Parts: sequence; C-alpha cells; structure tokens
Amino acid sequence: MSVITPYRSPLAAGRDGFGSLLRAEWTKFRTVRGWVIGLLVAVLLVIGIGVLTGSGSQCSMQAPGRPVQACPAPPTGPGGQWVTDAFYFVRQPLGSDGSLTVRVTSLTGLYSTQGGMAAGQNPLAGMTPGVQPWSKAGIIITASTRQGSAYAAMMVTGSHGVRMQWDFTGDVAGMAGKVSAASPRWLRLTRAGDAIRGYDSADGVHWTLVGTATLAGLPRVAQAGMFAASPGYTVTSNGLGTASAKGGPALATGVFDQVSRQGSWPAGRWAGQDIQGAADNALPASVQGFAQAGGRFTVSGSGDIAPAGSSDTGQPVEHTLAGAFAGLIAAVVIGVMFMTAEYRRGLIRTTFAASPRRGRVLAAKAVVIAAVTFVAGLVAAVIAVPVGEHLLRANGNPIDPVSALTLVRIVAGTAALLAVAGVLALAVGTLLRRSAAAVTAVIAGVVLPYLLAIVPGVLPSGAEQWLVRVTPAAAFAIQQSIPAYPQVTAAYTPGDGYFPLAPWAGFAVLCGWAALALALAMFPLRRRDV
Amino acid sequence: MTAVPEAREMSTVPARGDAAAAWRAGAGDALHAEWTKLRTVAGPGWLLLAAAALTAGVGAAAANGVTCPGGGCQVDPAKVSLTGIYLGQAIVAIVAVTAVSGEYSTGMIKLTLTATPRRWLVLAAKAAVAGAAALATGAVAVLASVLAGGVLLSRHGITPAHGYQALSLGNGSVLRAAAGSVLYLALIALLGLGVAAAIRDSAVSIGVVLGLLYLFPVIAAFVGDPAWKRHLDQISPMTAGMYVQATTDLRSLPLAPRQGLGVLAAWAAGALLLGGAALCLRDA
Repeated sequence: MSVITPYRSPLAAGRDGFGSLLRAEWTKFRTVRGWVIGLLVAVLLVIGIGVLTGSGSQCSMQAPGRPVQACPAPPTGPGGQWVTDAFYFVRQPLGSDGSLTVRVTSLTGLYSTQGGMAAGQNPLAGMTPGVQPWSKAGIIITASTRQGSAYAAMMVTGSHGVRMQWDFTGDVAGMAGKVSAASPRWLRLTRAGDAIRGYDSADGVHWTLVGTATLAGLPRVAQAGMFAASPGYTVTSNGLGTASAKGGPALATGVFDQVSRQGSWPAGRWAGQDIQGAADNALPASVQGFAQAGGRFTVSGSGDIAPAGSSDTGQPVEHTLAGAFAGLIAAVVIGVMFMTAEYRRGLIRTTFAASPRRGRVLAAKAVVIAAVTFVAGLVAAVIAVPVGEHLLRANGNPIDPVSALTLVRIVAGTAALLAVAGVLALAVGTLLRRSAAAVTAVIAGVVLPYLLAIVPGVLPSGAEQWLVRVTPAAAFAIQQSIPAYPQVTAAYTPGDGYFPLAPWAGFAVLCGWAALALALAMFPLRRRDV
Repeated sequence: MTAVPEAREMSTVPARGDAAAAWRAGAGDALHAEWTKLRTVAGPGWLLLAAAALTAGVGAAAANGVTCPGGGCQVDPAKVSLTGIYLGQAIVAIVAVTAVSGEYSTGMIKLTLTATPRRWLVLAAKAAVAGAAALATGAVAVLASVLAGGVLLSRHGITPAHGYQALSLGNGSVLRAAAGSVLYLALIALLGLGVAAAIRDSAVSIGVVLGLLYLFPVIAAFVGDPAWKRHLDQISPMTAGMYVQATTDLRSLPLAPRQGLGVLAAWAAGALLLGGAALCLRDA
C-alpha cells in the first residue's frame, strides 16, 4: 500500500493577521495618486477657507471725533472667560471678616422694546414697566470695582427666585418665588478670609445656607454692598427667521431695608457707583443711582453680572475652522471611493480571495481611512487655527478666550469629525456600492442639516434644534468653544454657534451613525456576491 | 472593377442642404439615444421620483413646523413651502452626474462617441434630456410642495387674512417663485452634467457639485464683514439661485430674484463649457 501524502507547498505560509490586512489597505490608499492629491487639496482648502473668513471679518469702531480703532474686547472674568460686568453698586470697604444682612421688599423694572434711545432724550421716556427674567438686586462682595473682578453675591431675580452667584459662572438656586412687600426675602453674605457663604431666609430668623464660594486671592479689604442690574429686554420667539433678536436696555430697582453689618467695616458710610464699560449695552449712569431714606435703600441699575455670549462680542475661535466643511466633503468622497472603486475595478475579487473574512477587510479599510483623514484633518486644523486667529486679530476682531484643553478638543475634535465621517462614508459606500448615491447620502446627512440649522430664516427653530440633535450634523458641537449658560437670556441657536448637545455627546451621535452604518454594511458584504 | 462606381458614389460630397438635414437627423438620433439611456436604466427613474417625493415631503414638514403664536413673524410662505428644494437638488444632481460619469465607469462612453463622433452634440443631447427630466421632476415636486404648503400653512394661521402673502399660483410673485424653483432644478442638472463631463468620476463629481452648492452659505455664515458676506452670497450658486423663491422683503436681498437665478445659470453655463471643452479635447 502506498501512502498518499497531500501536497504541501515548500514555501512558508504567509502571515494572515490583521496587520497584513492593514498594510494591504494602506498600500491601496497610498498608491492611488488621486486620493493622496485629493487629501492634500482638502488640507489646503481648509486652510484657505480659514484665511478667507479671517480676512473677511473686519471689526472696527469709531467714537465721534476719534480715529477708527479695533473693536475692544469685553472684560475677562476670574475664570478667563469674557464677561458682562455692569451694575449700580452701593458699596463700602469690608475687612477680611464680616457679614452683611439685608431685607429685599421689592424688585421692579422698566424696559425698552425699541432698542437704544436717541441722544438728548430722556432715556426712560416710553419705557414699559416690568422686570426681566434675570433682572437682579441683592448684596455682593467683590474684590474691587474693576470690571471682571472676583465676586460672590446673593440676589433676588425677576423670575428665577433667590440665587447665589459667584465669579460669573457659579449659580445656585435659593428660595423660589417672587419678592414682594408681603413676602420679603432676607439675604446674608458672610466673609471669612477667602470663603464667602450665602444665606437666605423668609423671616430673618430661620436661615438656610445657599452656597459657599471660595474667591482665591480676595484682597484683605474688599468692596461690599447692595447692587441692582438688569440685562436688556430680548425677544427670542420660536417663529421662522427670527434670528435677529429685538429688544433694548432695561432698568431694575430693588428696595432694601433692615441693613445690618457685622465685623470689620472700616469706612462706615455708603457710596454709590455705576460700574459700566463703553461697550456695555446698559442705560447711562444718569438714570441709575440710589436713594437712602431712614434705613431704606432704593437702588436702580442697568446691565448684568454674567458670562458674555459670543454673538454680540467678538469671534469664537471655531470660526477659523469654517473650512472643515470642505475637508469633510473630501473625506466623504475618498471614504466612499475607497470601497466603490474596488467594486468598479474588480479588485474586490482579489481582495476577498486573499482575505475571505470580509468583515476584517471592512474593519481594516475603516482603520486606514480613519487614520488618514484624521491626520489630514489634524494637520489642516493645527495650521488653520493660528493662521485664522492671527488674521482675525489683525482685522480688529477680539477672539473669545478659551482654555488650552478646549482648544485641543476643538482641533482634535475637528480631525476626529473628518475621520468618523470618512468611516461613515466607507460604510454607506459598502451598502450602496454606488459612488454618487453614497456621497450624496452622506453629505446630505452631515452637511445639509447643519446648513439648514445655521442659515437663518430657512427652518423653524424647533426643527433646527432637532436637526442638530439627531442627524450626524450633531457632531459639529465638538467645535463649540463657548458654553451656553442658563443664567443668561440669549439666542442660543446653532446659527450663533450653540448646539443643543454637549460637545462629546454630539460627536457620539455621529459615531453612533457610523457604527450603525458599519453594522448594516456587514450583512450585504457577507451575503452578496462580489 | 465592379466596386469602383460604388466607391465613387460614396466619396461624393453631399450638398449643403443634405448636411443640414444630416445634422438634424444626427441631433435627433443623439437625443433619442440619450433618452433611451435615461429611460431604460432603473436608477434615474427611481431617483427622480425620490427627488420629487423628498422635495414635497421636506417642504410639507417645514410648513407644518411653522409656529408663530404671537403673530407678526416674518414668514415667506412660498420660501417655506419650497424648502425641500435644498434636498431635492442633491438627488437631481446625482441623476445628472451619473448620466455622464456612469458612461465612463462602464466604458459605454466609447460606444457613444463612436456612434456620435460630434462630442458637443453628445453633451448637448445629454443636457437637453437631463434638463427636461429635471424640469418635469421639478414641476411635479414644486406643484406638490405649493399645494401641501398652502394647506398646512393656512392651518397654522399663515393666511392673507393675517397679513401674509397668499400662497397661490395666481399670485405673480408666488408663480415666479414656483416656476423659478423648477428652473433652478434644471440648472442644477446642467451644472452637474458639466462638472461630471470635466471630472468623469462619479464620487468626485458629485462631491464637487455639492461642495459648490453647500460650502458657500457655510463660509458666508462665518465671515464677519457684511460686505464680504454679501459678495459671497451674490456669487454662491445655491444662495443666489434660491433668491428666486423669495416673495417677501425683496429689498433686503443682495440680488433681485431673477438675477439670482442668472448667477446659477452662469455657473451652469460655465460648467457645461468646461465639461464640453474637456470632452472635445481629451481622449475618451
């Protein structure tokens, strides 16, 4: 009997790990000249559009009789962010330990629906009585009277009850309900070194601790006292095309009594001061002020003590990355072609013959396309942001300050956005196998919802919010540099750069779409003939 | 020797009248061929149907989403009802792009150019057929959008009784908006055709077309200077072309509605010229 020995190739078996697959896919990408050139063109487009938006954004101001100058930047708060800091302050110095207690019996207001007033006219003429939701009156301890100083305050508000706020971003709710003579609000701030505690009470006997703020570096002699301020009247109707907010400045008047001081108060008498900068949209100092009659103080002020929004001040840093859309379109086109070109040229047969596990091929392609688009996006963003910032500053635009970590998130997030969009495109290309339809589906899914959401007057605002919440366009939230604050009434719309989802949550929506498309693409990839 | 008379006959130069007739016959044949190609492939028919349905659907959704509880909102009923064109144009662009790039990917173009060696004629026939298909799709989509918008908007109180523009084709400016939107879709088809003839690849062509359409408004939104923004809007094929839909507050537009459509027409003509030149100069 002869023994039949099966044929064995004398050659060593080739490696068949994921690494070789990756290498194969990388070789396919690298050696198609059009794709590499396309990626380079995309990088240049991102930078070029950044240069275009930077050059096309001039900002200048001219006061009467003075030369044209760059737009001034708003004051910067202790946290490094831009702030609005305008109010009427009835103050006196406070030593390192002490407390101030007041009873607030009334908060009233006046507001203009007609925008600013004409010169020489009584600013209060024609104003409507009424408080704004965030009109505020209360007591404050602040490092100095300079705008943007560290502070902690207890206040009654138009429709958000008693609040303790500090350093512009801190905000804690106290007692609910509106203040009136029948239901007054007692407020107390105590200072012990750098720590400020805020208390409220309905009767001046039973006190509740609302919050504690630590103001690092509060000077030994701070300023403390009563204040009143009211942000302007704004209409943000949810109709169509109401991107331009109407409104005008407003005045808040608080009535205080039962004012008592404990601890070190070196001066012993009250002085009034209007805290305001040139760019604040507040009423003139002439209509603000305070009156003292017996133990009763009436304080009227205009302005706000709050973080500044991006729309009315300067340029947010993500405006330098407008070109990311061009990069996105390029990433989508390349992502789709990375798969459809194999089908068109018949290379897919060789690919699957060499690596019969098709899911791994798709995974390798996804890794390669994600890596190359991420690197291209990163290079583009790293160049576009400083170049764009330089041009914006040169054209007189103040740029909203952001922390280094936020900047990293915006730059790396933009690159990651391109990478995940490329993977989504690859998956949709695998599903549809038709280049034009796949490219259109992805671009219509990512860019079009964003476009409809930011261009004013196209969609109702409810639909805008919904579009940037559920479609892949939600991922553009990763570029948002300035957070929306609940204690500020503003038009927080996608058109103004505010997204309904948090940055990473928005990005996760795109990742979810990409994962879903990849999973869906697996079925036909396995089942269909090549 | 018997073949000589025949050869002589074939070499005779035809009279001028015959040349014109031959040209007409060639044009008719080319048109017929392009129409057959469009008709007998399943894709374009379904895509155009989807374009019409999505255009009307998105328009109806936008009209249904209009809420103006306080009244006094600046609502342009025609523009709202025709919001769907933003999406519909992308699908019309696919049909136009694949009419050219599809031939390159299958190799059909060699046969087409062998049958009709006058390449300008091929492009003209494609433009005529794709433009006509877009016009027909657009007419259906716009009519459905206007009808749906009229019903839904009046349900939300956006009626002439409340001071809004009447949404009826009898109204001159609404008719201009509707007819302009149909023309807009046809011009998008021509733009796509021209770009695809110049680029030949489906994915890159559609990427370029959608980039041209969608990038300008995004960039304009990020540019701070009002003068720059205005210029960008004036040269943007989509933004300017869409001005034809405006029926209220025309003075605030950077261009008159008809001029806006003219800008898109200029882009389409430019793309067709570029594509035609590439088609004539390059090897198939």
